[in-house]
Amino acid sequence: MNHFKHFTKGILQENPALVLLIGMCPTLAVTTSAFNGAGMGVATLFVLTMSNIVISAIKNWVPNKVRIPIFVVVIASFVTIVQMTMEAFVPGLYKSLGVFVPLIVVNCIILARAEAFAQKNSVLDSLLDGLGMGIGFTLALTTLGGIREILGNGSFFGMRLLPENANTILVFILSPGAFIALGYLIALVNKLKKSK
Amino acid sequence: MAKLESNFKTMVMSLLGVCAVASSLLGYMNSITESPIAEAKLKAKLEAIQKVVPPFNNNPSEEVYLIETDLGELECFPAKMDSVLVGVAISSKTNIAFSGSFSVMVGLNPDGTINNTSVLEHKETPGLGTKMLEPKFKDQFPGKNPETSKLKVKKDGGEIDAITAATISSRAFCDAIMRAWNAWKKGERK
Repeated sequence: MNHFKHFTKGILQENPALVLLIGMCPTLAVTTSAFNGAGMGVATLFVLTMSNIVISAIKNWVPNKVRIPIFVVVIASFVTIVQMTMEAFVPGLYKSLGVFVPLIVVNCIILARAEAFAQKNSVLDSLLDGLGMGIGFTLALTTLGGIREILGNGSFFGMRLLPENANTILVFILSPGAFIALGYLIALVNKLKKSK
Repeated sequence: MAKLESNFKTMVMSLLGVCAVASSLLGYMNSITESPIAEAKLKAKLEAIQKVVPPFNNNPSEEVYLIETDLGELECFPAKMDSVLVGVAISSKTNIAFSGSFSVMVGLNPDGTINNTSVLEHKETPGLGTKMLEPKFKDQFPGKNPETSKLKVKKDGGEIDAITAATISSRAFCDAIMRAWNAWKKGERK
């Protein structure tokens, strides 16, 4: 039962994007549509889970003073593997997500989880933590992307909700809209957490 | 097992070990994915060429030639039907786009008229700049010859209707097409 807690905490209680407020750069930059948000989220989910497992498995062989460079090498290797595999076998997906993949290396969620969780806990717990945090991040980015896409472009996952030339609130597609939407989303999550 | 102590020997050994494993793993992955990546890229290019020039039966990527421009070399793919030239596809780019640069495959008929265009890669704002992919904007170009038409947005004195709220992307699109056409003109004179 205790293990399960490591999984669920990332989804709402310690959601990386909306409560811990880490990984703000991809959160704000790529969520111009629901699809982009979901894509970045899933790519992060994979790398986060894999790097959490490996880092937790090798934690005893990592001297404290060089832990950060070692973690970064592990993370960067997984990102490169994901990128090459996607480019080779699913070029269509790579074309729409390609720009986000290298960004995952510098996504501080992954390093933060390695530093704060994986290097202190067992492989199983780190796996669950990675999955939970990754799913929480994906949900947050998809929601944010969905809100911005609906308000700014009149569509959701590419499906038109409003006619092509309807007057939408353009600012939500542009950068300031990301801050506005994120602010309201954080307020909502705080309210949800309090009412619990 | 107890955690390793941080001394010179363990630090060097562990870093070396991790890097060695990581680099051999990446080398192995690269050897598997190298040829599928090249194939996928070639296929995407061929599809773009097919979209912008009339039907052809040669292999344009085998007859590719390069034309020097101020943005580097542009690739020109001659499309031939039974060894008669039916069009040239030029992989053009622009550096004045809203988000840096994008590349467009421009198809020209042998007389220099634009046959069709297809955006290869772009980073424009979804919902604004991406409207350049839609027929309303794109279909203004085919059939025009830059020799006789001014391919600039109306604000700049040309005859292209810019996309509402995305003048910069529209301008960049015209720029990419003019670049392709100028390169083609330069190549023809040779």
